[in-house]
Amino acid sequence: MIRTASAILRKDLTIELRTKESVPAMTLFTVTVYVLFHFGLDRDSLDGELASGVLWVTLLLAAVIGVTRLFATEREQGGIDSLLLAPVDRTALFVAKATALFLYLLLLEIVAVPVFGLLLLGPDLFAAFPELAAILLLADIGLAAVGALVSALAAETRARELIVPLLLLPLVVPLLIGAASATEPLLREGGTSEDLGRYLALLGGYDLVFVLIALAVFDYLLDD
Amino acid sequence: MPALPLDEAGQYVAGAYLVFLTLIVVYVAIIGAKVSRIDRELGELVELAEEEWR
Amino acid sequence: MYSKGFKPLAIATVVAIAVSFALVFFYAPLDADQGFVQKIFYVHVPMAIVALCGFVAGGIMAIKHLRSGDRSWDMRSYVAIHLSIILGTGVLITGAIWAKASWGHWWLWDEPVLVSFLIVFLLYCVYYPLRFSIEDPDRQARYSSVFAIAAGAFVPINFAAVRLAEAVTHPRVLSQTGGNLPGEMRLTFLVSIVAMALLFVTLWKLELTAKNASMQLKRLRTTLELRSAT
Repeated sequence: MIRTASAILRKDLTIELRTKESVPAMTLFTVTVYVLFHFGLDRDSLDGELASGVLWVTLLLAAVIGVTRLFATEREQGGIDSLLLAPVDRTALFVAKATALFLYLLLLEIVAVPVFGLLLLGPDLFAAFPELAAILLLADIGLAAVGALVSALAAETRARELIVPLLLLPLVVPLLIGAASATEPLLREGGTSEDLGRYLALLGGYDLVFVLIALAVFDYLLDD
Repeated sequence: MPALPLDEAGQYVAGAYLVFLTLIVVYVAIIGAKVSRIDRELGELVELAEEEWR
Repeated sequence: MYSKGFKPLAIATVVAIAVSFALVFFYAPLDADQGFVQKIFYVHVPMAIVALCGFVAGGIMAIKHLRSGDRSWDMRSYVAIHLSIILGTGVLITGAIWAKASWGHWWLWDEPVLVSFLIVFLLYCVYYPLRFSIEDPDRQARYSSVFAIAAGAFVPINFAAVRLAEAVTHPRVLSQTGGNLPGEMRLTFLVSIVAMALLFVTLWKLELTAKNASMQLKRLRTTLELRSAT
């Protein structure tokens, strides 16, 4: 299973490197939205809960772009059918897609979070590390699992571009709650992170549940 | 916040319970419409079958 | 098949609802803070609890469907979710009425039940477009079940998350739905919940019977038309 998964993953990453369709779009979108927020909120700098909210909501909206495109290559070239003709465990497909999405999100954040620190954040961004890194990683795991699941669910429907955000965004609300609440004291001058453990536990629990569910149900999706 | 006087409060409470009852009634009415459509179609099919065996 | 034991169930439902209404208006004492407005809780909260259980039950039925391949489980799951969405609209409307009556605003962010319900409701509304945009009936059933399972698992997590967030920012303003209710209120609550649950099951069976009859009718028609063609 691992071998199949890594083969699919390698293929996806190669295609992404060549066509550059997902990650640059997500990143550009995120930076643009930060600029929009500057004008929309009419603020030069944000801190605390406002900063945390803007950061996370924008990341989630950008994730929608990545999720919508996750099975795009398969769909366009009929790759799903050929994958399934071979006796491939659907679980391997899930692992590959979720890992790909996870990596795209990481790449997005490596660029977008410092840009946020530059454009909109008042307090120093580096004071927020390493806790912020932990929050980002945990959130990305959950986003990747749920994103892959939603992408597969919507893969065969006609109204895919509408259904993906409508499905994904409510499902990640607990993630948003955990991540934004955890990040909020980190982005404030002299904020204490006493509740951090609680929110990390929420994120971890969410990740665990949805990874397990996605692994369990993925077999029933994407066959013809 | 101080409690509303009984006549004002009564309207809100009545409204809430009315919503509840309306939902039930509308739901049952929709199912009722479905059942009468089934009844009508069944009648058509009975005619169709009786013609067959004539 | 679905209408077994329907009549006693329906009778029990009517009795339960009548008894619960009687308890609400003649037995339960008037609340000290909110006065008469608190009575809305006896319809709002049971609707919420039953709807949430309905969503989770829909998920469990979906698991049964995927495991057995028997499409009747998918139909049961669909009706359960469908009913819960309808109850959910009731929850949101009665919740807004209560919010307006006790706080003057049509919406409150510090009632975790209401807030997490809104999110769950928004999620389940996507069930219909997802389901009906898939044409192949077998695939439609399978994908709907996958959704029902993921969404069903989401319900408790979401509730926990919203509650966690609210506990930190807004300490629990209302302990009406907590465990510290005086005895008469608690009894009324329990009876109301039972009545709502009975109502749910009755309507669920009702809709399933109608749906099943409709499907059988279609099959009958196809068979008859085939026969008359030959």
